Amino acid sequence: MKYTPVIGLEVHVELKTNSKMFCRCSADYFGKKPNTHTCPVCLGLPGALPYPNKKAIEWCLMIGLALNCEISLFSKFDRKNYFYPDLPKGYQISQYDEPFCKNGFIDLSNKKRVGIRRVHMEEDTGKLIHEGNSTLIDFNRSGVPLVEIVTDPDFESAGEVVEYLKKIQQIVRTLGVSNADLERGDMRMEPNISLKNEGQKELPKYRIEVKNINSFKLVDKAIEAEIDRQTQNPGQRFQATMRYDEKTNTTVTMRLKEEAADYRYFPEPDIPPFHWQQAYIEKLKKDAKVMMDKPSEEEERTQELLIKFSPISPVSAATIARDPKFYSSYGGTASIGKDEFGTPYQGTANAIINQKVPLVGISDEERAKIIADLNRVSDVDEDELNKTIDEVLKENKSAVEDYKKGKENAIMFLVGQVMRMFPQKIDVSKVKASLLAKIK
Amino acid sequence: MNKLNEHTIKQAREGLRRKDFSSVELTKACLEQINKAEPSINAFVTICKKEALVQAKEADKLISSNQDLPLLGIPIAVKDNLSTLGIRTTASSKVLDDYIPPYDATVIKKLKDAGAVLLGKTNMDAWAHGSSTETSDYGTTKNPWNTNHLPGGSSGGSAAAVAADEAIAAIGTETAGSIRQPASWCGVVGLKPTYGRVSRYGVIAMASSLDSPGPITKTVEDSASLLQVLAGKDEYDATTSPLPIGDYTLPIESKLNNLKIGISDEYFIEGIDVEVKREVLDSIKKFEEMGAKIEKIKLFDPRYAIDVYTIIQRSEVSSNLARYDGIRYGSEREKFGDEAKRRIILGTYALSSGYYDQYYNKASKVRSVIIEDFKKAFEKIDVILTPTSPSLPLPIGATNKSIMFGEIADVLVEPSSIAGLPGISIPIGFAKKLPIGMQIIGPQFAEELILQVAGTYEKKTEKEEWRKIKPNL
Amino acid sequence: MKFDVSHIAKLANLTLNPSEKNKLEKELEETLKFINNLNEIDTTGIEPTSQVTGLENITREDEAIPSFPQDDALKNAKLTHNGFFKVKAILNNE
Repeated sequence: MKYTPVIGLEVHVELKTNSKMFCRCSADYFGKKPNTHTCPVCLGLPGALPYPNKKAIEWCLMIGLALNCEISLFSKFDRKNYFYPDLPKGYQISQYDEPFCKNGFIDLSNKKRVGIRRVHMEEDTGKLIHEGNSTLIDFNRSGVPLVEIVTDPDFESAGEVVEYLKKIQQIVRTLGVSNADLERGDMRMEPNISLKNEGQKELPKYRIEVKNINSFKLVDKAIEAEIDRQTQNPGQRFQATMRYDEKTNTTVTMRLKEEAADYRYFPEPDIPPFHWQQAYIEKLKKDAKVMMDKPSEEEERTQELLIKFSPISPVSAATIARDPKFYSSYGGTASIGKDEFGTPYQGTANAIINQKVPLVGISDEERAKIIADLNRVSDVDEDELNKTIDEVLKENKSAVEDYKKGKENAIMFLVGQVMRMFPQKIDVSKVKASLLAKIK
Repeated sequence: MNKLNEHTIKQAREGLRRKDFSSVELTKACLEQINKAEPSINAFVTICKKEALVQAKEADKLISSNQDLPLLGIPIAVKDNLSTLGIRTTASSKVLDDYIPPYDATVIKKLKDAGAVLLGKTNMDAWAHGSSTETSDYGTTKNPWNTNHLPGGSSGGSAAAVAADEAIAAIGTETAGSIRQPASWCGVVGLKPTYGRVSRYGVIAMASSLDSPGPITKTVEDSASLLQVLAGKDEYDATTSPLPIGDYTLPIESKLNNLKIGISDEYFIEGIDVEVKREVLDSIKKFEEMGAKIEKIKLFDPRYAIDVYTIIQRSEVSSNLARYDGIRYGSEREKFGDEAKRRIILGTYALSSGYYDQYYNKASKVRSVIIEDFKKAFEKIDVILTPTSPSLPLPIGATNKSIMFGEIADVLVEPSSIAGLPGISIPIGFAKKLPIGMQIIGPQFAEELILQVAGTYEKKTEKEEWRKIKPNL
Repeated sequence: MKFDVSHIAKLANLTLNPSEKNKLEKELEETLKFINNLNEIDTTGIEPTSQVTGLENITREDEAIPSFPQDDALKNAKLTHNGFFKVKAILNNE
């Protein structure tokens, strides 16, 4: 009897955002002292609530777009309920029936098209360390944004799987959304493997999930070992979760799935749903294209900019890398801007990309100064500001009344009136706060 | 002249500003009353005597330097499901007997920023599961008007503390009825704001899609001034509304001309206490005398709301109580009381594979029907008046008679909670020496309106004899 | 209506003794019977509501702020070890 392997894949990619998925703890947890990156939210303290990270969601959408997915205009988070000591809330915030992205594909070198079933957003769990009679828990990783990419069972060999994984790694790196460092656990892979008889149309009724694999080489070996095991033991094709043991080069049963896990998914009541405008998706599509279509030289420049001028946004870096005029004026201007005027790298990037400064014909020094002037927020004398505000309030009584009646816009009108009185650019939020304090 | 602890927020503020008395004196008066009344009513789980006096002293310093904050120096009691930095927070469950939160709920933070003095943490049904405080692991709270009777719940401790003048005002939380029903049974004012108007951050979750913290006070005016402090968008609760908050403390008008009040027969349900019904109908007449127009409307039968509420609430409870595993804080899950176990089991069942559509999904669809029903009603009328509770305060032990006591006792407040609407319960009189309450329900974010309507009623009836009675403790 | 309380309790991570199981089973049957009226309401074509606020796309900027010091994170735990939370050994099956 001849068999054909049927292989599908779940890949988890950890995003390299500054903060975690649902709280403001730093997501840069690797190698840090245990339980020093936690707060009420990611520790699951009584009463804490999640607040979604905009960038993480945007990056999840961009991964989906790079994998040719449809973006659902309506989407939401759900609770996946199960108990494990590394899961502080007793549920994981994930996505069930309305993932952000679905129905994509990726083409392999042998012209085979692998279906991407879904790309969804969720949160990572804490980390368990087994030590003798006890298990230790570190929640630094709890709540770090995680994107799950699920394929159709379209692979037929370990080689195809490894090629796919390398592509995914390259895509998320090119997009600049994850380091995809396997050793650090940025990318985790779970193949599921079954066999069908040659010529069999329908999918097998069972599948073996293999966990705990942390390198492409081991994925290859684990899949080969599992295909061997199933081929040689037709009686042992059951539903189970296994792990790969490198020493013996075999797969070992962790647990049999007698019944499907019952996660009792329901819509996460703490997070309102998402409803994207087509225009927003188009913009992300463009951004993803800018990132993905880079020739290798451009890609190198992007990476260089990302490293040298961190934290500049990946899309800005790619945009600069693409345009020789941008690229030649950026590096020097950004360095001088930062050192001499305290302009953040992103500030210089924005000014250059939006062409707020001449790109040729002036020195980096001059350009940096112009940008600094553009961005300058002057310190303003407290007394002078208060005096000015008092005058403006006196002259604009009707706007004050409007605001008190609930017209929120009126406050911005007053802010504008105050700012007009100053020759230099001053801090809007400071003006607004002082105004509000006076009105109330 | 009132004793200091009998003051309203308004009276206390005026007295403090005039320097008739200090915040320390005011706080001590409350603590003395707590000393005297607690043995018979048991409204508190934790009394923060030391911390309160320190805060009062601080407040006095600010007052003497003529600083002004909305609640500066006012002693307030808060329900024990609000996370308080450094102060034990149990939700009246032994699971959290030794839990000392490392953070403040947004509501607590706002109270502190407004200068309030935190008197202590009030008793409640464990995890807010109930309408009586009888499920508390720290003993039942007694109704100050008659200690053989229940105060209602789950915010029974907060309502009793205000009725017994142990605190100038209190904070409660409501999922469906937990502010309004105990306010009604204790003869005080309870406001459940629109869902999303007041932050839930730091409120130990009962049913996340319904929970709303709100004030329990002696007067409508106090309710408004507390809401003014509590309301607003919170960067830590994604379900809070960005809509600007209203001016809740506007002066109360004496007339309600052109106000259209809806009355629905469905809310005078079968089995309603005859005296409750009579008093509420009597109050409705007074509204007519104030110039309001009373219109009969037909509303969706509130009894269906019991099913919707029970399913949604218990499903969310089963998930919200999953975090209590005894690893990071608190005790293991064995310590859950009977009621919590009951709710977890039903909720888990309702969400489990094969039953989701029949229960949670169906209930969520009927929830849409109820929301739509209210929307239509509010096209024709401005507010809806109903009794708050179909009964007078029930005797202690009443909850043993039905495993669904909570959900049934709250039948008249569940529909508006399910729809996320604001409602306020105000006292309207007594029968058998026990208080009766009436509620005013408004459209989403119409807190300003229902406070005006309630305030006008309060003003019109302020001279009525029953208002002079105090509980005999 | 009959259902398997042991299975539900396992899903809910609750350990129940036999008498609790019996009691809960009866109470649940009673409750389910009581809340069995929703089929009287026609909900064809009606979308379920899980959010009453009408809010959409609520997110925050990706900015990190300081976390708890380790002591604060651990101070309510019954068992800790070298900065970790600690539990009895669990099977290494994840």
